[in-house]
Amino acid sequence: MSGLALQILSGLATGGIYASIALALVMIYQATHLVNFAQGEMAMLSTYFAWMLFAGGMGYWQVFFLTVAASFLFGMVIERIVIRPISGGSVLSVITVFIALMIIMTSFAGWVFTFTIKSFPSPFSDCWKITPLLSPHEVGMIAVTLAMLALVFAFFRFTPVGLAMRAAALDPVASRLVGIRVSRMLALGWGLAGAVGAVAGMMAAPIVYLDPHMMGGILIYGFAAALLGGINNPWGAVLGGLIVGVLENVCGTYLVGTELKLTIALVLIVGVLLLRPAGLFGKPTVTRV
Amino acid sequence: MSTVLEMRKVNAWYGATQVLHEVSLAVGEGQITALLGANGAGKTTTLRAICNLMVRTTGSLALLGDDISNTVTEDIVRLGVAHVPDGRGTFKSLTVEENLKLGAYARADRATIGRDYERVYGYFPRLAERRRQQAGTLSGGEQQMLAISRALMLQPKLLLLDEPSFGLAPIVVREIFSILKSINANDGVSMLLVEQNANMALKIAHVAYLLETGAVVMSGDAGAIASDEAIRRSYLGH
Repeated sequence: MSGLALQILSGLATGGIYASIALALVMIYQATHLVNFAQGEMAMLSTYFAWMLFAGGMGYWQVFFLTVAASFLFGMVIERIVIRPISGGSVLSVITVFIALMIIMTSFAGWVFTFTIKSFPSPFSDCWKITPLLSPHEVGMIAVTLAMLALVFAFFRFTPVGLAMRAAALDPVASRLVGIRVSRMLALGWGLAGAVGAVAGMMAAPIVYLDPHMMGGILIYGFAAALLGGINNPWGAVLGGLIVGVLENVCGTYLVGTELKLTIALVLIVGVLLLRPAGLFGKPTVTRV
Repeated sequence: MSTVLEMRKVNAWYGATQVLHEVSLAVGEGQITALLGANGAGKTTTLRAICNLMVRTTGSLALLGDDISNTVTEDIVRLGVAHVPDGRGTFKSLTVEENLKLGAYARADRATIGRDYERVYGYFPRLAERRRQQAGTLSGGEQQMLAISRALMLQPKLLLLDEPSFGLAPIVVREIFSILKSINANDGVSMLLVEQNANMALKIAHVAYLLETGAVVMSGDAGAIASDEAIRRSYLGH
């Protein structure tokens, strides 16, 4: 019994990471109706940035917040120099650019930092050991992810800029007519997605270790989470992330074995697309043709 | 009487298709100016040309004497031009209150926003009852009221209205037009009112322009146009 509880709890911990990545995907999807396949690699580069700062001898939380800020700027820069020039292009060309970004970032990281796996520190000492079922890092990871998700939701729910960002994603033309600078909101969205991804990367790295491919699997889980929750629903994405985390752990342990865990995410993706394309909590989109 | 908006010899294109031909018109301060014409006459395009939205234009556009022909839409809004577009342009999955909050997003004077909520709820009490509802759940008439209220939250110097009667029952149209009239009378909001429903528009307008295939064919005092048999028969279709 405690075995199952262990699997569920640590599933929730990794589910938090998937939830963060799913949230970043949903944020960009809502504004652009496209899935940013380079989301994971952006997070990976952020994590390497943090690793460099550690090598320079800075304290953990200094590095953490500096990395989040830098990743926010990095996301805005990517939007400005890569995404904006091709906006309005065909879906296929934008997807191609996303995949190109993904490959470029992986290769760049491999070239600069080599493909050797590196360890990454966790800030959570033994005082975070509140249950024998979870490691201190897993407990801290849940706390950090929840805090971040709460911040993001408060931002969208209660601040004027958050409201303007939601409006810009819903109806760009009507937004311009109330004076919202839509392109600036889009850049801000990319910045936020970059920052959220950076937190996910830094929380995941002590577990999956740091290497240029570290986010590959996580992006697939995150994508499955976003789809499961409904790709246009941020709450759904977060819940989807937790569900995927638990399913992955429980099924991996009792059904298919650890080697085939990733298959569960893929089966989920195919299953959701076949049976309930809008996801569990998403609204089906109807397009007039 | 001073002029809020002055359009001089404005041409407008969608791609290579010219839609407006040398349109000149003026909106006087504190007045309701009606822009009438059949479907496809270029009424909506005229409003878009004013806001620099989705059309390419030449000619001169001045707001309170300042040239705005090269100003981007978002800045024209900041200068005090509120646009209630065709199809209303409300944010359907946001609440009534959030829509109104967005209406005040670009305004400079933020101190009196609270008072303006009460003002628009005063004009449209039904919106006050529904302030926490999603805009998409409102009836067509209520959505039009919300669109007008949202525009008023800007404290506009000029209110552009694109067919507020569209798709609404006659009784609702009458209600909305009488409220527009009292907003104009009480708060002195200058309006440019685009309508196919010439009868209703002429009742509340001070001045009217007739648009036909992208050009102004007639203009003058609204009352005079309404009572002129020949104009009614040739341009207003009854």
